[in-house]
Amino acid sequence: MIRHLLSAADLDAATATLVLDTAHEMALLADREVKKLPTLRGRTVVNLFYEDSTRTRISFEAAAKRLSADVINFSAKGSSVSKGESLKDTALTLQAMGADGVVVRHPASGAPHRLAHWVDGSVLNAGDGTHEHPTQALLDAYTMRSRLGRLEGLNVAIVGDVLHSRVARSNVLLLHTLGAKVTLVAPPTLLPVGVEAWPARTSYQLDSVLPDSDVVMMLRVQRERMDEAYFPSAREYSRRYGLDTARMRRLPEHAIVMHPGPMNRGMEITPEVADSVRSTIVEQVANGVSVRMAVLYLLLGGKV
Amino acid sequence: MTTYLIKGVSVLGGPATDLVIRDGVVAQMGNDLSAVDAREIDAGGLVALPGLVDLHTHLREPGREDAETVETGSRAAAMGGYTAVCAMANTSPVADTAGVVEQVWRLGREAGLVDVQPVGAVTVGLEGTQLAELGAMADSAAQVRIFSDDGHCVSDPRLMRRALEYVKAFDGVVAQHAEEPRLTVGAQMHEGEVAAGLGMTGWPAVAEESIIARDVLLAEHVGARLHVCHVSTAGSVEILRWAKRRGVRVTAEVTPHHLLLTDERATSYDPVFKVNPPLRTASDVAALRTALIEGVVDIIATDHAPHTLEDKECEWAYARPGMVGLETALSIVVDVALDTLGWDGIAERMSRTPARIAGLTDHGLDIGVGVPANITLVDPAARWRVEPADLASRSRNTPYAGLTLPARVVATFLRGEPTVLDGKAVK
Repeated sequence: MIRHLLSAADLDAATATLVLDTAHEMALLADREVKKLPTLRGRTVVNLFYEDSTRTRISFEAAAKRLSADVINFSAKGSSVSKGESLKDTALTLQAMGADGVVVRHPASGAPHRLAHWVDGSVLNAGDGTHEHPTQALLDAYTMRSRLGRLEGLNVAIVGDVLHSRVARSNVLLLHTLGAKVTLVAPPTLLPVGVEAWPARTSYQLDSVLPDSDVVMMLRVQRERMDEAYFPSAREYSRRYGLDTARMRRLPEHAIVMHPGPMNRGMEITPEVADSVRSTIVEQVANGVSVRMAVLYLLLGGKV
Repeated sequence: MTTYLIKGVSVLGGPATDLVIRDGVVAQMGNDLSAVDAREIDAGGLVALPGLVDLHTHLREPGREDAETVETGSRAAAMGGYTAVCAMANTSPVADTAGVVEQVWRLGREAGLVDVQPVGAVTVGLEGTQLAELGAMADSAAQVRIFSDDGHCVSDPRLMRRALEYVKAFDGVVAQHAEEPRLTVGAQMHEGEVAAGLGMTGWPAVAEESIIARDVLLAEHVGARLHVCHVSTAGSVEILRWAKRRGVRVTAEVTPHHLLLTDERATSYDPVFKVNPPLRTASDVAALRTALIEGVVDIIATDHAPHTLEDKECEWAYARPGMVGLETALSIVVDVALDTLGWDGIAERMSRTPARIAGLTDHGLDIGVGVPANITLVDPAARWRVEPADLASRSRNTPYAGLTLPARVVATFLRGEPTVLDGKAVK
């Protein structure tokens, strides 16, 4: 039984597979006329967002509402938080309001771990700093499995700013648990010191990795990183690590291209690639709702 | 002044002896002593050490009296067996003038629990651009001899060179917080495997080592004394070993927490383990222990850094770095090094040498007739559980909460007056 989902490492293979299977059931619901289940009726889910993230917040909100939960959106801007309220006091407030689940997005790594000390409900990490984003990894795994039929043995290349990426961290952990083989591709400056200990291979050369990849996942790279000398210029970055049509041709026929969004078109990915048939980017968004429904259902329904 | 007769104490682990403390000094030392009107202390099984001296204490006054005051910090020090502490300069206002260092010095005298020796800032406002009036602080009533921007590194090499040179005029020493600031922008914890997994910005060992390497070369070049604060990496130890072999006049300290804890603690995201320099790896801890035994690292200093609850009960990234340490230092050192150092080695590293570096002539003296009675009595057999609420410090940010530690301070004497008796603060 897990109470919180703070890290992809909280999920063993059986639990992760259960989430993916449940998400599949939830996806079938989306094709029905009435998209709602009564499962979480009377339960309260709080979306506690300390960072703007319309995409993730809406995804969690839709997921919770389709399960008939009461949803409270708590944005840090224009709230008591902007008046200096501490995370602990906010947590105690949510606790007093009887939140059964708290979905938290926070710019500080580990904030959801702290929050979990102060609330009785389930804490779902919706992205913390440069640490993790476990539901993103689940929806990515779900997308891979539905497109390619399996996860075991897949070669997955994760390309870009691994150092600052919570998506990369969660994906490495979850994909390893589920038997996929991950290769991290980045300039050496954007791989963390200590990455050798991760269950993943690393490469500095995108071109040599692509022919063996079943999945290539492009990470968002902020242009401002060049101001901190991580790379010389956006142009050089995209020349060496961006995915364009020519590079895409190096991929095997069946390979898919993923991106967690939001994209920097023209930086890490060209519009032609992003809009190609290999791209699962829009699908990932749709799958996000199903996967988050599954997670809320299993955590709050006490089924995991 | 009360006379004290201490019966059957083991000085530095030697055979049991009696001590008579009268008029601020050790009046008699020997077997079967008696003294009229003396208060007798049964010290059977206890070890006597010269009163401990901390070269690195944050007392937070003036400015952050909600975290600690000179008085509460002095009490914590006495409870930890200290008779003198060097109060770091990063107060508000900064101790960068004769006025502020005299204020801290006077507050210490008024509290009367330990000798509070103020450290003066190297640069105005700790800003690293202009030398503070070092001579004025040296000439003040506080007689400052240690200068440090601790919390900040004197990173400008030219300014560091000048500071090292300038304080030679009054036998001062610059205590450097070795941290190249351009390499630690946004740093949260030791850069390595653990930080990579936790998604926290790393504080690389090289940021410390590069400054130490530069500074030992500067100290050699200008023939000045250098003290290195809170050495935390194996690489720093290698540089210090090299510098000492060359005859550079450098001394170095290590904190108890860097001798015991590793960066694995950060996996809890509990900011009580956030400290600067950060907790390092197990191999760094091992190298620091060896360096302490070999004398490459000269002393243990606490870097006692009290912080209020609200500065620690928050997200890691927003928490202030630092941990309290005065009341646990001796126990940690006993735990990790008594079997290799012995009591004499501990006295060397926690009393004699720090007193010598700080120029505190009344402290760090071996217990003997006529010597100022700055003495700590320790029960080496006692074990105690660290309860944050029981600490004498105003702050509770100890990383050892719930841990059972060996050795307990039973009594502390400051110039013949007990500041701690029966393990309790006297005033």
